[in-house]
Amino acid sequence: MTADFLFDRPRKPAGLFGKSFSIALLLAGYSALCWLAFSESLRNWEKVWSYRETFWNGWLTTVQISAAALVLSSLIGGATALARRSNFLPLRYTAIAYVETVRGLPLMVLVLFGFYGVANALGWQDRVSAGIVILSLFSGAYIAEMIRSGIESVGRSQWDSARAIGLTPTQTYRFVVFPQVLRQILPPLAGQFSSLIKDSSLLYIIGIPELTFAANQVNSATYSTFESFVPLGICYLLLTLPVSLWTKRLEKKTRYET
Amino acid sequence: MKISLRRIAKSYGGQCVFRSLDFNVEFEHTLALVGPSGGGKSTLLRLLAGLELPDSGEIRIDGDLIPSDESGLRAHRQKLGVVFQAYNLFPHLTALQNIRLPLEQVHRLSAQEADSRAKQFLARFQLLNHAGKQPAQLSGGQRQRVAIARALAVDPTFLLLDEPTSALDPEMTAEVLDVIAELRTSEKPIILVTHEIGFARHTADLVALVADGGIPECSPATEFFDQPQHATTRRFLQRVLKY
Repeated sequence: MTADFLFDRPRKPAGLFGKSFSIALLLAGYSALCWLAFSESLRNWEKVWSYRETFWNGWLTTVQISAAALVLSSLIGGATALARRSNFLPLRYTAIAYVETVRGLPLMVLVLFGFYGVANALGWQDRVSAGIVILSLFSGAYIAEMIRSGIESVGRSQWDSARAIGLTPTQTYRFVVFPQVLRQILPPLAGQFSSLIKDSSLLYIIGIPELTFAANQVNSATYSTFESFVPLGICYLLLTLPVSLWTKRLEKKTRYET
Repeated sequence: MKISLRRIAKSYGGQCVFRSLDFNVEFEHTLALVGPSGGGKSTLLRLLAGLELPDSGEIRIDGDLIPSDESGLRAHRQKLGVVFQAYNLFPHLTALQNIRLPLEQVHRLSAQEADSRAKQFLARFQLLNHAGKQPAQLSGGQRQRVAIARALAVDPTFLLLDEPTSALDPEMTAEVLDVIAELRTSEKPIILVTHEIGFARHTADLVALVADGGIPECSPATEFFDQPQHATTRRFLQRVLKY
């Protein structure tokens, strides 16, 4: 006997029954795993529930930080990608040094060094704005590399055609290069945004009251570790899953031949 | 149209294409540049198009010197139409948008004017039904026809075509060559780099052989093919007409 209905083959695609059966199987396994892990420990919901406002405020801060860093890191990434292609050597080398340094260091080191080292020396006391800038600088380095490789993948003939019809360099970037780059890097970019949301959790080490900070606080106050961190995980998934699903859709939509 | 090159030198990374090229030519409709690969045809065309600068020497077109500064070169490029071998069109734009882009952004036509002008040229090449398609949805021949339409729509003083059919199969080649042959009757002079020897003979007023960094022969098409004066030309024709 073969469970033929569980296979999805090019010649014989799976039917609705096979798909729903597989999903049911997965959910059952997943639930069993959660049961094993948490059934003994998830008992202290009342206490944690009384801290719901702490969670809510932390979640809001995380959303705000992520949204601001998302915009700022895109700007930094775009500017750095252009700087890396600049003819002006000091600018090009600065961009290279920035990208390589940031990509070579753990985020935790950057957060600590950035806040207690640089921001303190500058007299920058506001933790949230400093956190946003540090996170954006971190993410911006990765985005810069995506944009750079996107620009480099635009063929020589496209630059030639743009020059031949008389476009200026700025117009060439705006009308010819960036639209093609954007389509190409949207999927990895969306993945980077999802990472950025998760990476914002490290900002708790400089005392920003975001989601992870909130969960830690609730944990110390209630001694209910799992009851504090399970909601934490769910809250992050609520942010990252939509981004991930959106990415999948983009990948389908932006596929085009050249 | 009159072209004059004086002591043109051009090399790419140590590879010398022209050492000291002198060339003067006057023609009415079509000048075809033929010759072996690597002989300098495309380089010559890119110099005329203002896409490359010569290392030294000067180029005059109808008496006007091609400038050597970037903004002057851009002004020069805006006055002419260029079609390359392939990938002329911008893949993220539709056929219509491809033609509108230079009209609006370079030649400052209003959106409405650009739209009607672009449609007029699409209609001329029987492409109006494909106006909303992106290049990937068009055949190779259609793509090249859109590229020719885009080059013509800006009302250029002349057209430069760099092997416009070399990436196409024979049927599509014929489709594009028909268009080019038809252009001959229009008012724009054409400079055409081509491997289509038969076509050059059929449509060009003048044919020039570009080989080994020089132009050993340039004569009216019938003369060029029937009584070639130069040994290099005879050898080249022998090779390409062998089969």
